[in-house]
Amino acid sequence: MKHKSLAIPYVGWMALFVVAPLILVVVYAFTTREGGFTLDNFSNMVQYAGVFGRSFLLAFLATLVCILLGYPLALLLAREQSRLRGMAMLLIMLPMWMNFLLRTYSWVFLLERNGFFNTLLETVGLPKLDIIGTPAAVVLGMVYNFLPFMVLPIFSVIEKIDPRVIEAAQDLGANSAQVFRRVIFPLSLPGVLSGVTMVFIPSVSTFVISRLLGGGMNLLLGDLIEMQFLGSAYNPHLGSAISLVMMVIVLVSMGLMNRFGEGEGEAVLL
Amino acid sequence: MKKNGPISRIYIFLIFLFLYAPIFVLIAFSFNDSRSNAVWGGFTLDWYLELFQNRSVLEALQTTLLVSVLATAIATVAGTASAIGFYNLRGRARTVCLSVNNIPLTNADIITGVSMMLLFVFTGQVLAQWGIDFSLGFPTLLIAHITFDIPYVILSVMPKLRQLDPHLAEAAQDLGATGLYAFFKVVLPELMPGIVSGMLIAFTMSIDDFLISYFTAGGQTSTLSMVVYSMVRRRVSPEINALSTLMFLAVLLLLILINLRQSGGLRRSRRAGRGPAAEGILSLANEDLDVPAQDR
Repeated sequence: MKHKSLAIPYVGWMALFVVAPLILVVVYAFTTREGGFTLDNFSNMVQYAGVFGRSFLLAFLATLVCILLGYPLALLLAREQSRLRGMAMLLIMLPMWMNFLLRTYSWVFLLERNGFFNTLLETVGLPKLDIIGTPAAVVLGMVYNFLPFMVLPIFSVIEKIDPRVIEAAQDLGANSAQVFRRVIFPLSLPGVLSGVTMVFIPSVSTFVISRLLGGGMNLLLGDLIEMQFLGSAYNPHLGSAISLVMMVIVLVSMGLMNRFGEGEGEAVLL
Repeated sequence: MKKNGPISRIYIFLIFLFLYAPIFVLIAFSFNDSRSNAVWGGFTLDWYLELFQNRSVLEALQTTLLVSVLATAIATVAGTASAIGFYNLRGRARTVCLSVNNIPLTNADIITGVSMMLLFVFTGQVLAQWGIDFSLGFPTLLIAHITFDIPYVILSVMPKLRQLDPHLAEAAQDLGATGLYAFFKVVLPELMPGIVSGMLIAFTMSIDDFLISYFTAGGQTSTLSMVVYSMVRRRVSPEINALSTLMFLAVLLLLILINLRQSGGLRRSRRAGRGPAAEGILSLANEDLDVPAQDR
């Protein structure tokens, strides 16, 4: 069919602006400023092992909290009447559409040393809390920003579960805990996997949240990369190497996770 | 399924409180007649006036709107055409094309931004050897936005193409329509809901983007998000609260409008109360899972 040719311009565009940039990242990661081949960019990364560890740990914690808070919410919302459900979905999406810098900033505003919370605590007679600058504040920022991305896919999968499947389980004598454990939960796993990718990837690579809420003391991979490209430590070769390693770790861990998820969520990755 | 009891309702309420309380505190303090972010000093609109006199904010707003509108328009047309092209591919070619199309969606935004920045900087270096001046600015920003907008359009149009009855266009041609006429009169209207939701998603992604713009806009061009970032980094200021309030209202208004349009025009949609953009985002979530969205 001649309609195939409609794909040609965009295939060219993708080659130029999607594939070529990624090839450049690989090339930069393996070269020096003078253009010679090197592995130094990777061996120099050892000094940043702590940052790698912290990034993956905090992103993992944020993802876990999002599942623990978001799964019950999605499950409860899916049980509501359709009018309420539509409203609730809009309310979940509304903050998602508001600028994410402003959402993060709202917590700076609330948690500052002389901010809203501390003033509240003071008037009640409690001591002030220095939350900003702690890893907990960074995780809080991640959860606040990305929770809707966990709720939405889980909700849309649970909503589509055929009620007859649940009735069948009940007819066969399952109590509600068994129905959940043996029917609803396994069927909702693809939604959870999709939510995990949508929360984990932006969390592990953020630099805005760590800079605003981490007070510059909790460097994450995103900060490291940003510093190599636009910051004081200008070195795009090292920056490319860090980006490449982060990309590979994320791809491998997502791939493994999907393998364990009975292969159902395979399409989440690519 | 069972109805939710009071404890469940309280849980739902608490999560919404968590999501909205910070925003409402910001809104309240945007009217505060004091620089303090804790003490109420009376009502004022000064921060809004100050905001409207802030040159960098106004310029950035202009840039943001311009780049978002242009990128959305180009991405909608290009994405729809490419989706039709991809749909007619077979086997390996199709799998490869769709996989590459998904790269900007699955990659961390910072990687997309950084890799495109490398391309533009590298191109600048190469062109400089021939005496051509090329640096990061509005054109590179626009290219970046188009690149991350197109995949959303393609993913929203694809399910509609799958639902499309291939005999429809043939029937029109049998009745004497030319290929092009049949496309615009028969095929395009069928695809429209997908195109519209793809367009809305692309627009919100462009408006909201910070990371990719940050790396591809260069030193001279700034989007609103970038100005917000530089303001937020310096210190807490009531001006930002005023800006947040306006943005919240804009998004709220947009969602209400979309929703009204939806309940007025598309009453047959079985999920009342959810706009096409909402529908689009949900079907995107499903597309990720390869669950055929809304299959008949």
